[in-house]
Amino acid sequence: MEVTEAVAIDHGLKKEEFSKICELLKRTPNLTELAIFSAMWNEHCSYKSSRKHLKKMHTKGKQVIQGPGENAGVIDIGDDDAIVFKIESHNHPSFIEPYQGAATGVGGIMRDVFTMGARPIANLNSIHFGSPQHKKTRNLLRGVVKGIGGYGNCIGVPTIAGQTTFDESYNGNILVNAMTLGLVNKNKIFYSKAAGLDKPVIYVGSKTGRDGIHGASMASATFDDKIEEKKPTVQVGDPFTEKLLLEACLELMADNSIIAIQDMGAAGLTSSSVEMASKGNLGIELNLSEVPCREEKMTPYEIMLSESQERMLIVLEKGKEEHAKKIFDKWNLDFAVIGRTTNSKKIELIFDNKKVAEIPIDLLAENAPVYDRPWKKTKLPQKLKFDKDEFKSLKLSDCLKRILSNSNISDKKWIWDQYDHTVMGDTIQKPGGDAGVVRVHGTNKAVAASVDSSALYCFSHPLTGGKQIVCESYRNLISVGAKPIAITNCLNFGNPEKEKNMGEFVECVEGISEASKYLDFPVVSGNVSFYNETKDKGIKPTPTIGGVGLIPDYKQMLTMDFKTEGNLVYVIGKTDGHLDQSIFARELLNEKKGPPPTVNLFNEKNIGETLLDLSRKNLIVSCHDVSLGGILTAVSKMCIKGKKGIKINSLKGLTNKYEYFFGEDQARYIVEIPRASLKKVIEILNKYSVHFDDLGVIDGNSIKYNDDINLPIEELADAHKYWLKKYMDS
Amino acid sequence: MKSSVIIFPGSNCDRDMDVALKKFGFKNQMVWHNDQSIPKSDLIVLPGGFSYGDYLRCGSIASKSKIIKSVIDFANSGGLVLGICNGFQILTETGLLNGILQQNKFLNFICSNVFVKVKDKQNKYFKDLKKDVLELHIAHNEGNYFCSNDELKSLEDNNQIAVTYCGEDGSENETTNPNGAIKNIAGIFNNNKNVLGMMPHPERMIDKYLSGEDGSLFFKNILDNFK
Repeated sequence: MEVTEAVAIDHGLKKEEFSKICELLKRTPNLTELAIFSAMWNEHCSYKSSRKHLKKMHTKGKQVIQGPGENAGVIDIGDDDAIVFKIESHNHPSFIEPYQGAATGVGGIMRDVFTMGARPIANLNSIHFGSPQHKKTRNLLRGVVKGIGGYGNCIGVPTIAGQTTFDESYNGNILVNAMTLGLVNKNKIFYSKAAGLDKPVIYVGSKTGRDGIHGASMASATFDDKIEEKKPTVQVGDPFTEKLLLEACLELMADNSIIAIQDMGAAGLTSSSVEMASKGNLGIELNLSEVPCREEKMTPYEIMLSESQERMLIVLEKGKEEHAKKIFDKWNLDFAVIGRTTNSKKIELIFDNKKVAEIPIDLLAENAPVYDRPWKKTKLPQKLKFDKDEFKSLKLSDCLKRILSNSNISDKKWIWDQYDHTVMGDTIQKPGGDAGVVRVHGTNKAVAASVDSSALYCFSHPLTGGKQIVCESYRNLISVGAKPIAITNCLNFGNPEKEKNMGEFVECVEGISEASKYLDFPVVSGNVSFYNETKDKGIKPTPTIGGVGLIPDYKQMLTMDFKTEGNLVYVIGKTDGHLDQSIFARELLNEKKGPPPTVNLFNEKNIGETLLDLSRKNLIVSCHDVSLGGILTAVSKMCIKGKKGIKINSLKGLTNKYEYFFGEDQARYIVEIPRASLKKVIEILNKYSVHFDDLGVIDGNSIKYNDDINLPIEELADAHKYWLKKYMDS
Repeated sequence: MKSSVIIFPGSNCDRDMDVALKKFGFKNQMVWHNDQSIPKSDLIVLPGGFSYGDYLRCGSIASKSKIIKSVIDFANSGGLVLGICNGFQILTETGLLNGILQQNKFLNFICSNVFVKVKDKQNKYFKDLKKDVLELHIAHNEGNYFCSNDELKSLEDNNQIAVTYCGEDGSENETTNPNGAIKNIAGIFNNNKNVLGMMPHPERMIDKYLSGEDGSLFFKNILDNFK
């Protein structure tokens, strides 16, 4: 086929980008070369719209071993142990084919982690669906949950936490973000930078098929009516092969045979080979006739673009081929020497003894386009003036039940019961808490992880929203007794070619950056997913933050369930009663305007450190951060989990009880304090100048507040626990 | 007491089982599925996971693997063979245990704590066990035990039903049955009661920081009965 501008546009390239390619090459590329350019220059692989802004991220820290730019980020957790982690989106494929889309999302992120030599120890996911009333939602949710479970359960890595939300802006574009944590010895980390000339390039894993061709390009475009036709671009996962690949790679990594290793993810063999050569400032020659193929008569074009799963590319020390092959034979996996490193600084492809492509590596990597797209600032909406007389018609107890059974607050047990969350025998905090916690096998340490996003806040004011999610992640880790160390982010946005969407991206990134810097909570890895848009309708900006923290002694882990009758319950942090953008305003007043709650980074840090101090001194016995739904929602969850009631004190000087109980002010926690510890707790709170309210005492089997609330915990639990199950069964 | 855990490609509870066995004092070794023979053992464990991807049917390819003949010989000579989850599925596929494990009644994978009632204590696994109801953990998609009426009658007549799903108080009914298993069956013995297959994972319940610690009782009891 002759390569023309029209063909280039069909490959997702812009007219100007095609001219630039011809200019750089000083000739017209052939079809295979064009395919390689289109794969490397699309948004998904090149970060061309986001790169300029991602540079602003705060990525350094005392415990950071590897920041963004590798397969995953790495942090030091002491004693030569390091945690490798990353979050990644698989949004577009999951909407087209929910089971395989979600499954291969999980498979892909696990490969990113074990590529670096780490054994995966925990999975998390953040999944977002359209309105519960939308006709596709139920099936998409069912498929995604089955896909995530089907892959993770089979590999045998526990899924320890997650987040699920519903919002009509996801009707045409669901979000599936998967995160994996792995454990590695910090002196045995593997990177993707090739080094040395004439080193063998090895292909291992599954055979290459015709699935997933143009997957990365598909993920770099918006959807229209014909998305069903894109099904063949979705990859098909085989978790069994991945499990074998994991064990084989870790076995080979036990010695010094590997120079560089890279998984074949988006844009398959193309991006993995180009990235390894580019990082090593080398050339690479591949003989595509040697690539193990699943189907007959595959062309170089197809081989280079296939996104078949469970494959790795390795640059090996010379002479280690036989040794490596033995390991892959043992695990029944394909192993083929398909090329070598060269000093040409080009990627050269041979097929049937003919050279079929030749492109200088720097044209694909460094010379890829970078755009400074125009963007628009979002003004802080004006604060609403609520008619407080209107509240009086609402009974507090009815409000609470409504909120607890709201789709975004209700218990998600129906989902996580389908994920194996206990395999590997180190899960000490299961899904449903503020963060999942796994022990570092064979040690006293434990690692906590949480995923968070707040699309409503980000939509209302991206800068504040960006800051808020970082703080939320920070609080969730503190709540389980972990010291927050670092984050990974998955930036899900609409079409960057629209000023509003681009502005949302820029300002969210700014907010994330500012908060992570202030809290010393650096970003070590991440991914950007643009073009989450169908027929001109984009999603609400949904940056997802995956936070990781450390508990030096796992016996100090905290959970949110109330423990002992008679213990005191305090609210730590100040409540002003911010109702704008709250679940109360939305659910009970049908009010969607107004600004999100203000984020005060000093308070977040100061109160977070206070809480850590309290938990290290064993002065509090349960803890939960106050977020969506406010104080009363948080307390109810603690009651439901602990199967205990609370008698809430008559609060003096309260301006408005609705604002107090349902306001979503930030930097707040609820803690349970044994009476014997109270004096010490108050001393510490005063030392840090932290505001606190004496909320009540754990008592009986119901929530009681004056004459307003007297609700048996069982009744609350029913409201909270069964919304999703009923929804899925109906 | 010497034990061996067989690793099939796709096994994923092999390490957990190794950790649990060693914690309670078993001298455990790992055995690769392609080996011809098993080192001298007092107990052989087939661990949970997805052996050979569970392709075809759960446990069916593993039941034809190289090592399995040694497991069958060992069982037939009276040795203790324990199959957990996928291991239970493999044991039914080999014919060492009766019946089959179908997909869960509600068609979903289930990961959850469950209570099981110990139905028979005249065997080397549960003899003198201090409790009648254990809190264990399940994680499976195909744990819905089924067998023919004749097989069921023979299981009942010979006291081969080992454990059944129940409530905390020991009540056995539909609401305490997580996967639709016939007669709430969670685990069964062979005729000689040296082979035990069960869906629940005792190895995930071995200290109080995990989902519970009734699994400890199970392992300690096997050791106590061996002495």
